[in-house]
Amino acid sequence: MKEKQSFEEEMKRLHNIVEELSGGKLNLGESLKKYEEGVKLAQSCAATLNEAQRKVELLMKKGDKFVLEKFEDNPGEGKE
Amino acid sequence: MKDNPRHIYTVSQLTQDIKLILENTFEQVWVEGEVSNFKADAKGHFYFSLKDEGAVLPAAMFRQANKEVRFKIEDGLKAICFGRIDVYPPHGKYKLNIGKIEPKGIGSQQLAFEQLKKKLFQEGLFDPAHKRELPLMPFSVGIVTSASGAAVRDILQILKKGAACVDVLIRSVRVQGEFAAREVADGIAELNQFKNVDLIIVSRGGGSSEELMPFNEEAVARAVYNSAIPVISAVGHQINITLADMVADVFVETPSAAAKIIVDKKNSLLAELDGLKHQLAFAASAVIGRLNNTLVALRHMLKSPQDRLLERQQFLNRLNLDLSNNIRHYLNIVRERSAALIERLDALSPLAVLSRGYSLSMRLPEGEIIKDASQIKAGDKVSTTLSKGSFVSEVQQINKDQARPDQGGQ
Repeated sequence: MKEKQSFEEEMKRLHNIVEELSGGKLNLGESLKKYEEGVKLAQSCAATLNEAQRKVELLMKKGDKFVLEKFEDNPGEGKE
Repeated sequence: MKDNPRHIYTVSQLTQDIKLILENTFEQVWVEGEVSNFKADAKGHFYFSLKDEGAVLPAAMFRQANKEVRFKIEDGLKAICFGRIDVYPPHGKYKLNIGKIEPKGIGSQQLAFEQLKKKLFQEGLFDPAHKRELPLMPFSVGIVTSASGAAVRDILQILKKGAACVDVLIRSVRVQGEFAAREVADGIAELNQFKNVDLIIVSRGGGSSEELMPFNEEAVARAVYNSAIPVISAVGHQINITLADMVADVFVETPSAAAKIIVDKKNSLLAELDGLKHQLAFAASAVIGRLNNTLVALRHMLKSPQDRLLERQQFLNRLNLDLSNNIRHYLNIVRERSAALIERLDALSPLAVLSRGYSLSMRLPEGEIIKDASQIKAGDKVSTTLSKGSFVSEVQQINKDQARPDQGGQ
């Protein structure tokens, strides 16, 4: 959840930066700072999307508590 | 008839006979008609009438029989009923005691579905205004389906290939049979309680339309509606859209299509990020370009006083040059003109005239230049100036008639 929220915030911030930078009201120092920040945000967002580590789990309920169990992904592709 | 003695019934006897005749004759009867005046009493018995254009038939359907009815009996329903005629002597009335009822022209399951759909529609469960927007990118997806089914495999495979950044949480439920609806509904609610889920996919593998039944039940429709997390329903068919589909925020026909929505989101975000990076570079270079232009303009302005000085200097030089040219020209003109004047003066000089052999005579002693012979008389002394030297002589004779203006000085 935190990941998603920060992702959405970063995307929003990135859009704002592009808008500010395109507005042409910044001086050179500010512009370069924004540009740098924007590029960093874009890279970080892309990295989040390109991340290949994922969890696949089964959600079970035991009594009142939730239990997570690893789910064996793709039994049909056991050769991997 | 006089020879036939009168047979007189009591009311009870007659009614009893009627009862026997009617109940024996109509022990098992199918009747078609329209329901009206439907009422259910506190004990759960149904009372209504069946009618057509010409007649009304009172009817009752007792609890034991009506608890099997899946749809709602209501006024206006065209129904085919099976039952028997009962006569109730204390009221002198008869009615149809119904054992089975079917809606006419439509299956009872279908009718039940339509009625539930209408009810949920009226409650606003399908209202587009209630639809939640899917998250920008669901990094954690909950799937409510059978963990052993094809749906979960399809979804996992597509996500693995296309969006491996997405965590998957499977809430395994039965998707068929009488407990399916309850389990699916609970699964949706539990994923909501668990919280760390951005998006829920409710899904099932392929199957006949009977297997869709759980997804047409009220409990599932309400669970989808009440989910705080957006729900994609992937349980329908092209032909049979389920109630779960209609309530869901997005519905697709297959589990794969649901997973593709997520992959598409990822890909379009990556494309958007590329575009944003380009926009950043473009905007930054535009800023630099604009500053560069300003710099050029400023530099131009800085150089300007010097330029202006140079310009003035050049102007001054040109003026100087013009001035001296003009003066030279003027001097030439003056020189030429004065030479001509001198020539003319030379020509006019009496000395020049004298050099050509003319002489100038003055009467003495006054020195008056003699132009006319009448100015002098014989005996006057005259001084005559020549080109070189002069002499004095005495007039001897005057000849006036020879006077010519231009020879007057002779």
